[in-house]
Amino acid sequence: MSNAATQTNTGGLGRLIRRYPFLPALIILVLLLALNGIFEPRSLSFRSMTGLISTYLALMMLAVAQTYVVFSGDIDLSAGSIVSLVNVSVIVLMQKWGGDGFAVIAACLAGALIGLACGLINGIVVAGLRLQAIVATFATSIFFTGLALTVLPVAGTPAPEAYWTTYGGRFFGIPFVFYAVAVVAILLAILMRMRLTTQMLAVGDDQQAAFQSGLPVTAIRIKGYVFCGLFAALAALCITGDTASGDPLVGGKMTLYSVAAVVLGGSALAGGFGTVTGSLIGALIIGLINALVFFVGTPSEWQNFVQGLAILLALMTGILVSRGARA
Amino acid sequence: MSSDALPSRPAENAALAFLKKPLVVALILIVLLLAVGEWLSPGFASPGQILRLLIVAALLGIVAAGQNLVILGGREGIDLSVGGIVSMAAILAGNVMNGADGGILPAILVCIVVGALFGLINGVGVTLLRIPPLVMTLGMLGVLQGLLVVIRNGIPSGRAAPGLSDFVVKPFLLGLPGIIWLWLLIGLAMAFLLRRTVFGYRVYAIGSNEQAAFMAGVPVKTIRVSLFMLSGVFAAIAGMCLLGYSGSSFANVGEQYMLPSIIAVVLGGTPLSGGKGGYTGTMAGAVLLVLLQSILTTVHIDEAGRQMVFGATLVALMLFYGRAKAMRG
Repeated sequence: MSNAATQTNTGGLGRLIRRYPFLPALIILVLLLALNGIFEPRSLSFRSMTGLISTYLALMMLAVAQTYVVFSGDIDLSAGSIVSLVNVSVIVLMQKWGGDGFAVIAACLAGALIGLACGLINGIVVAGLRLQAIVATFATSIFFTGLALTVLPVAGTPAPEAYWTTYGGRFFGIPFVFYAVAVVAILLAILMRMRLTTQMLAVGDDQQAAFQSGLPVTAIRIKGYVFCGLFAALAALCITGDTASGDPLVGGKMTLYSVAAVVLGGSALAGGFGTVTGSLIGALIIGLINALVFFVGTPSEWQNFVQGLAILLALMTGILVSRGARA
Repeated sequence: MSSDALPSRPAENAALAFLKKPLVVALILIVLLLAVGEWLSPGFASPGQILRLLIVAALLGIVAAGQNLVILGGREGIDLSVGGIVSMAAILAGNVMNGADGGILPAILVCIVVGALFGLINGVGVTLLRIPPLVMTLGMLGVLQGLLVVIRNGIPSGRAAPGLSDFVVKPFLLGLPGIIWLWLLIGLAMAFLLRRTVFGYRVYAIGSNEQAAFMAGVPVKTIRVSLFMLSGVFAAIAGMCLLGYSGSSFANVGEQYMLPSIIAVVLGGTPLSGGKGGYTGTMAGAVLLVLLQSILTTVHIDEAGRQMVFGATLVALMLFYGRAKAMRG
């Protein structure tokens, strides 16, 4: 990234955005919330917010997953197929193990392990074998989809009641998804303070320089993919709770949205710059755009187009604003 | 993502050597796969079968021509919107001609204009607003998919004119259908464009070192915008041919070309970092990809197993090509 003017017009806003790269995204988010509130006051109710989060928690997780590879300048086009694979595996395992509470927890753990394994495979293929991330992860996505189709050839097997009632339920008056968000937030806060995050960003900023300063570049990139696999598995658990069934193709469409969410959140796809918080906000922005397009009364056949256009414009604005601030 | 550091080498020799090697590898693999196919199911490598395979490869190859240009131009050049443009062209062409040969010419015009227009928007976003190509074309893909829904609700899917279908599937000259000739023509035109024209040299120049090219007076932005426009046009032409191949268009027919077109380019020896490679390799890459898929359909395994083998084989194939250099201190 060779920007012409460096370190000139850096006002207070610029400094703020460099410190908190997700600030433009946050502003877009607040704006969207306000617009949603204007067009449909009820959309700001606690109940609607819960609905929004339980629907888009999966995308939020997947955006986090994608962020960890984008940090080091990589990309994972197989993230969505990992979601599919974990989704069907968890469903089939829960059914096989009887569907009681124990089975649910064991299946979730198994799902997380499957996600980790997929991430490890990606890491070895991309960083270990030194293949180009875009094409190599597309190839592994075909492999993972095939695996998902082997586990469950057609969509439909339902999740045990214990599973989706927990995901959609409340504890002490607070919806389960909020606990999930809180746990993930704590987890992410810890991860953000770990040295690994800085190392990933260093690799993404300048791989050669990172290598020359003694960082184990390959190992760091592989770890990025492993994190990506793990969070993709968490995304799968969320989507399983939301749809309450198995579908070997459920995650396919989510991959590109996860990339969009990362960009919306202010992270640079080239690596070296970004935050997980931004990606979480990015995923919510996509959700709110979809809701807003519905609330303003767009005719149904135009909804996809308006959504696509709004996301494109949001992507462009985000990039322009954050670049303007960083330049 | 782009961190190739070899501008110090004699560029010409390195580029030539690089062009030759992947092409040879691809050709050897093609012969090998044909032999394997023939061994697995006799008749696989019969002339008729090979011809059918080449038609499918031509469709992918034409999309990959534009993809190739965008990737060659560097700065993480990539065009994810081609899938949407292929679908868009297929449905527009189907409606313009609606089964009548007289509508073919207007359909060609409409497709080329529409393809160029979306390419232009991509190009402007990438150059003037400096949006990374992946993001710009990803967003454009979303817009195109939305537009397709709108169009499909408004008008019927349309039919291919008999003349167009004949062009794609019936023998035209020397027993080969028109689309094969078209593909060969595109291959020649691309080779000429890239190796014999100022434009071509400029593409390699901006792909390998944009800053230096800019200093040397290359109109970097104009070149890059035209690359995206060409990509849109090639995708639109492929969409029209696809309509001729299948008779009528259906939802998102083009999506199957989005990532495979990139794979064909990579298997053909053009790295995603741009600046080196060429279209001859990409043509071989497209044939290789289609051949591999075709072999897997003749083997009697279910869809799931087929996909697993396909994915794993792709990874194995990539090991032959352009692996990044090992880090050195």
